[in-house]
Amino acid sequence: MPDQMIYAVEVFLNGLMAGVLYSLVALGFVLIYKASGIFNYAQGVLALFAALTLVGVMDGQVPFAHLINAVFGTEIHNFGWHVPALMAILLTMAVMVLLAWLVNTLIFRHLVNQEPIILFMATIGLAYFLEGFGDIMWGADIKKLDVGLPQGINGMIDEITYGIFGYGFFIDNLDLVATAVAALLVTALVIFAQVTKQGRAMRAVADDHQAALSVGISLDFIWVMVWSLAGFVALVAGIVWGTKSGVQFSLSLIALKALPVLMLGGFTSIPGAIVGGLIIGVGEKLFEFAVGPLVGGATENWFAYVLALLFLVFRPQGLFGEKDHREGVRHVLSRSRRLQDILCR
Amino acid sequence: MLDETQGYTTEDGRKIGGVVMEMKNITLRFGGVVAIKDISFDIREGEIRAIIGPNGAGKSSMLNVISGFYRPQEGEVWYQGALRPPMKPYKVARQGLARTFQNIALFDGMSVLDNIMTGRIRQMTAGLFAQALWKGRAEREEVENREAVEKIIDFLEIQHIRKTPVGRLPYGLKKRVELARALAAEPSILLLDEPMAGMNVEEKEDMSRFVLDVNDEFGTTIVLIEHDMGVVMDLSDRVVVMDYGRKIGDGTPDEVRRNQDVIDAYLGVAHD
Repeated sequence: MPDQMIYAVEVFLNGLMAGVLYSLVALGFVLIYKASGIFNYAQGVLALFAALTLVGVMDGQVPFAHLINAVFGTEIHNFGWHVPALMAILLTMAVMVLLAWLVNTLIFRHLVNQEPIILFMATIGLAYFLEGFGDIMWGADIKKLDVGLPQGINGMIDEITYGIFGYGFFIDNLDLVATAVAALLVTALVIFAQVTKQGRAMRAVADDHQAALSVGISLDFIWVMVWSLAGFVALVAGIVWGTKSGVQFSLSLIALKALPVLMLGGFTSIPGAIVGGLIIGVGEKLFEFAVGPLVGGATENWFAYVLALLFLVFRPQGLFGEKDHREGVRHVLSRSRRLQDILCR
Repeated sequence: MLDETQGYTTEDGRKIGGVVMEMKNITLRFGGVVAIKDISFDIREGEIRAIIGPNGAGKSSMLNVISGFYRPQEGEVWYQGALRPPMKPYKVARQGLARTFQNIALFDGMSVLDNIMTGRIRQMTAGLFAQALWKGRAEREEVENREAVEKIIDFLEIQHIRKTPVGRLPYGLKKRVELARALAAEPSILLLDEPMAGMNVEEKEDMSRFVLDVNDEFGTTIVLIEHDMGVVMDLSDRVVVMDYGRKIGDGTPDEVRRNQDVIDAYLGVAHD
């Protein structure tokens, strides 16, 4: 096999792994959009907040330490203990559930039956608030997150591929773990949505509020549950991304990478989020590999968005999305829609 | 307290029990508009109770008060011998009141079977993990619920569409699925908001038959809002007549027919 082909295969595999990470973020969007029709701009910040909280809990950081010190002139920073990773994750999840309850009670239950664009604006507000709140609570410095996930080159794959091709593939252990985690997460979510009473109720609420009430479904409960689920997915995404590149502000920007994934996969489809993520991951890595050198590189920055734009033109509901939800999608992405209108004319 | 008088037997031999629900001096306002003004009536176990009246008489508002969607400013709702505190509609539903809507409220993206299964929420108590793993009580419950739902599907003759997404069904069948979902809850009172609205004669006959059969077979108490006078008089045991938010008549179809106020307000107009 020619060298170029072998390199391409390696790039392809790495693209798949990167795609899994995009999918993880996109999943959170799909969950909330499916159940409440809200396009949650804050999903990325939710991941950041979850990761910050996790690091804070693990290191025994005192929340709001800066604020407390400034007000009372004290010098406290740490409780001086370290919480084991698993327990810290559970505690963080509890915080995310509490956050879900607050978000629903303080914001979204008051916005029932509002236009999608208003709900969208509310999530933008929530995103900026959470970002600042996270800073005040845990400090703005870049933190290292280590919950014990393996990292670095996978020796086995390296050896095996070396034996076959005479060239060892570089596959990161963390990416493999992320793939396994994503697969587990998706399986669990699909089972939850299809089989359980709560999942059925979630789909019911997404379809018709009145009807849901009339069969005895509490809207508040379902909404808090959905935001908690989104918080859970954000926590998982936050752990993986935080381990990979440190817990820092830029973590919240991964949400922007989820947008093209959603346009490809459709806003309403869980499998769509996965497939969309994989296509984008593989697409941008292969494109960079094949075309990048010709145009001076850095194609990864824009490739996903151009691909998404093409989808908006030719298949606006995405690969797996429902046509009915197209309106909502367009509404949210009005800028893209205007572009699309211009292109269609 | 509630009128606890004994029930009676109808001409066609059905047993009507004591009072299961009583509305006392209900007044409902939207801002300055009075939708319901000081209305009282009762609902007896096992009967078909109709609420009729011209457009805008407040019939649907009344149904929404019963099902908890509207909260009246004045008056009391007594249910199964106890005063019902103001409560959210989903809690009312869990107490055993199931309803349908004038404009159909179904879960369009879900199959007919799934739609009807949502009606069984009251009967599902297994834990989340048990359900996900399909173990123990969850498995038993799911089997029981599926059996109950299949029975209703057979009963309403919608076997052929059970896997179809509801959004694709024609109007008449949607109405039937909605009835099925309400029935699946095994309600103590079934509230039907204009079940025959927008139907052709044949569909109306079908629906009337289903309403009667449901009452007959399961002994379900039915409260029915209807526009079509003919249908109401044939179906119901007792009728409340509303006009401009007031009650102007209450009694058997024959009594109501002879009531001069009713003739003036409603039938009179129809016969002109």
